[in-house]
Amino acid sequence: MELSPEQINENFKDIKPPLTDDHAVVEANRCLYCYDAPCAVACPTHIDIPEFIRRIGSGNVVGSAETILDSNILGASCARVCPTEVLCEGSCVFLDLDAPAIDIGRLQRYATDHVMTHGIHVFDTPKEKTLGKVALIGGGPASLACAAELGRLGIQAVVYEEKEEAGGLNRYGIAPYKLTNEETRQEIKYIQDMTGFEIKTGVRVGRDISFAQLEQEYDFIFLGVGVSSSRMLRIDGEDKEGVVGATEWIEELRKKPLHATKVGPKVIVVGAGNTAIDAATEAARLGAQEVTIVYRRGKDEMPAYEFEYELALKDKVRFQWFTQPVEVLGNGRVEGLKCHRMAPGEHDESGRPVPVPVPDSDFVIEADTVIKATGQVKHDFLSGIDGVELQWGLVKVDDNYRTSNPKYYAGGDCVNGGKEVVNAVYHAKRAALAMHRVLSEGGK
Amino acid sequence: MADLSTNFAGIKSPNPFWLASAPPTNSGYQVNRAFEAGWGGAVWKTLGGPIVNVNSRYGALSYRGHRVMGLNNIELITDRPIETNLKEIRQVKKLWPNHAVIVSLMVESNQETWHEMVKRVNDTGADGIELNFGCPHGMSERGMGSAVGQVPQYCEQITTWVMEAAEIPVIVKLTPNVADIVPPGMAAQRGGANAVSLINTINSVTGVNLDTLIPNPAVNGKSAHGGYCGPAVRPIALNMVGSLSHHKEFDLPISGIGGVETWRDAAEFILMGASSVQVCTAVMKHGFRIVTDLVTGLSKWMDEKGFKTIGDFSGLSAAKLSDWGDLDLNHRVVASIDPEKCIGCQVCYIACEDGAHQAILLPRENGSRVPVINEKCCVGCNLCSLVCPVDGCISMVVQNPNEPAKSHNEYLAAGEEPVGNYPRHSAQIPH
Repeated sequence: MELSPEQINENFKDIKPPLTDDHAVVEANRCLYCYDAPCAVACPTHIDIPEFIRRIGSGNVVGSAETILDSNILGASCARVCPTEVLCEGSCVFLDLDAPAIDIGRLQRYATDHVMTHGIHVFDTPKEKTLGKVALIGGGPASLACAAELGRLGIQAVVYEEKEEAGGLNRYGIAPYKLTNEETRQEIKYIQDMTGFEIKTGVRVGRDISFAQLEQEYDFIFLGVGVSSSRMLRIDGEDKEGVVGATEWIEELRKKPLHATKVGPKVIVVGAGNTAIDAATEAARLGAQEVTIVYRRGKDEMPAYEFEYELALKDKVRFQWFTQPVEVLGNGRVEGLKCHRMAPGEHDESGRPVPVPVPDSDFVIEADTVIKATGQVKHDFLSGIDGVELQWGLVKVDDNYRTSNPKYYAGGDCVNGGKEVVNAVYHAKRAALAMHRVLSEGGK
Repeated sequence: MADLSTNFAGIKSPNPFWLASAPPTNSGYQVNRAFEAGWGGAVWKTLGGPIVNVNSRYGALSYRGHRVMGLNNIELITDRPIETNLKEIRQVKKLWPNHAVIVSLMVESNQETWHEMVKRVNDTGADGIELNFGCPHGMSERGMGSAVGQVPQYCEQITTWVMEAAEIPVIVKLTPNVADIVPPGMAAQRGGANAVSLINTINSVTGVNLDTLIPNPAVNGKSAHGGYCGPAVRPIALNMVGSLSHHKEFDLPISGIGGVETWRDAAEFILMGASSVQVCTAVMKHGFRIVTDLVTGLSKWMDEKGFKTIGDFSGLSAAKLSDWGDLDLNHRVVASIDPEKCIGCQVCYIACEDGAHQAILLPRENGSRVPVINEKCCVGCNLCSLVCPVDGCISMVVQNPNEPAKSHNEYLAAGEEPVGNYPRHSAQIPH
């Protein structure tokens, strides 16, 4: 049964809806204002969380947003997409009292929404960007955050984005019930207006403009290109119609109205990371009748966060542990996925049991869509940049996020292989400060 | 099962919980509802000469999201005709013969007017009269309310006039807007009053509106100071009740008033010497229904403590109030943190570091967030245990239970210099 567009929109509504003014004050006043607070330590960008919460409690909402955005310029999207349950909220001292943690994510959203909605710029930034020029490749969170920080420091920043819109994973990868296109656009416009940097969309560096040209025109180049397409399963039948990569599938979903993405009644998602959960819950919310996650290891080895797993269970996603896909079946189109049963074997160097196939255990799960979510491959063009050293396909950087080619800095997923937006923001800020230091000292 | 029935200066009520003279006792309708809910008595909203009110009439203090920690008002006495009030008092008394109905009065300061007013109340069947010598706003500008209560001589004079005409017990309601509550209390006693009640409201401005810049509450661009009440005034009221009940020459029953919200507050007032309590703000916030917690909470606590009647514990804590000079200077306590209970907020650390005596250290052990008490610097001030959010986590441990007590006054009497028993350590400014 196909769901109506209204039903689908309902299914995708905000899972962490905004706080009202009164609720925000009540929640803010619950905070103990810890000293050297564990939540701020847990935050990769070290936002002074007790301080911004106290400011909400006193009615100083603009000052609160200033505290947040000073540490994390993408504080609005991080408020929505951060795994707060394992970061700030996961370290709240209230948990030791078996009391609920302070709702830090939603308080952060409350303060940042306030200044974005009212167009209040929380800090002054130099109008003239005279200190230098930096090109940023890739328009995702790392480059956007870096460009904004450079703008604050009086450095001209230009972001080059291949796609029609900037935002990267925020625009094309995050589940829409966490972050919508409108919110992403609003945030980008806000930080751009406040800090003053440029975004060029539809430009692929290396095709439309050469690296050599960028190197000539700019003092530094920041690589914020993230990771590339979904990894192949390398099994027979993978080329059949109906087999898609998770990131590509989610990207298509985010490019169109939600109801325009058709999903068959039986969906299999391969892999059990957070992207797999996103794809599975999104398929379920679009109306898929049976959504099955297959994973070759057990639940204990699942890379997804526990709260993401619980979200999937709420959406009636079925988990098939110790299941290894071996062949996609079907006549041109997917009809099923042939799998092996696996069993936990010896522990490998990561301490996890190696899954080993159970003999003669093949079985078939019927499906009309198979979504591959076993990770993403690295960009191969990175290996073509002169002097930029890679390690396992990721860009190697020093403590200042500078690559082995001093002209290049890098941050975000292309450096860490794929973590949170908040990690990318931290890299970006460190890189921007480092570039500023070099430029201020007259260096290149 | 504890017996809550009360005989206050001859005024009987099924429990010690009375509504104070205020908006909740403005009409027979309300007092009837209050008695249905379980209140033991009600002091009728003050009767007197005709007045009119302004609007708005209330301002409030919020604290960290909690509304009405303190309330102030610029409302005057009743604005309903005296005859209407007296008729309703009669009706209520007929319906509720075993409940206390007390009529609050405030009229011009002349003997004849007071006599006439008191006689009219005598005829209603009311159980008592309360003289409003406390209202600090509006009426005081006309020479009534706290204008009387602040001058012991007036206080005594009017009480005497009232006693000449009264056939039922008379309570004098005292204003806290005085340097010392004892002189007006003694004046009431000299005037022949049967009891006192305290405190009335405190002179106050609750705040300023930061948009309009007008103090609260705003009356068409202006404001006036008002009478402050609610939980925020309770400590002031407890001190005044305690110092009066503790006073050697004062021997009238006290009705305790000032921010009572729960049975705990009521128990504290009684322990400090009250034998009935009056409530207003909590009812203005939550309605008459709060009386059920007052009744059940107090009676269960009395059972637990083995108190059978209100008289069993009235004044027990006031007896422990003493002058500072009689406190034991040798008594030594040191803070102790229970690491099992500590949640690592380190609020005690920063409070001691910046607000007290630099006697708490941050943990050095890797990963631990439990602060460490530096006993050599702890002066036993108690601040850490007050700011700690976990009950029973920080305790103040007595170090010298067997040392004989010696107070400041005892040191002086013995011709010795008081020493005190705590370290005098000062952290140095870093170079």
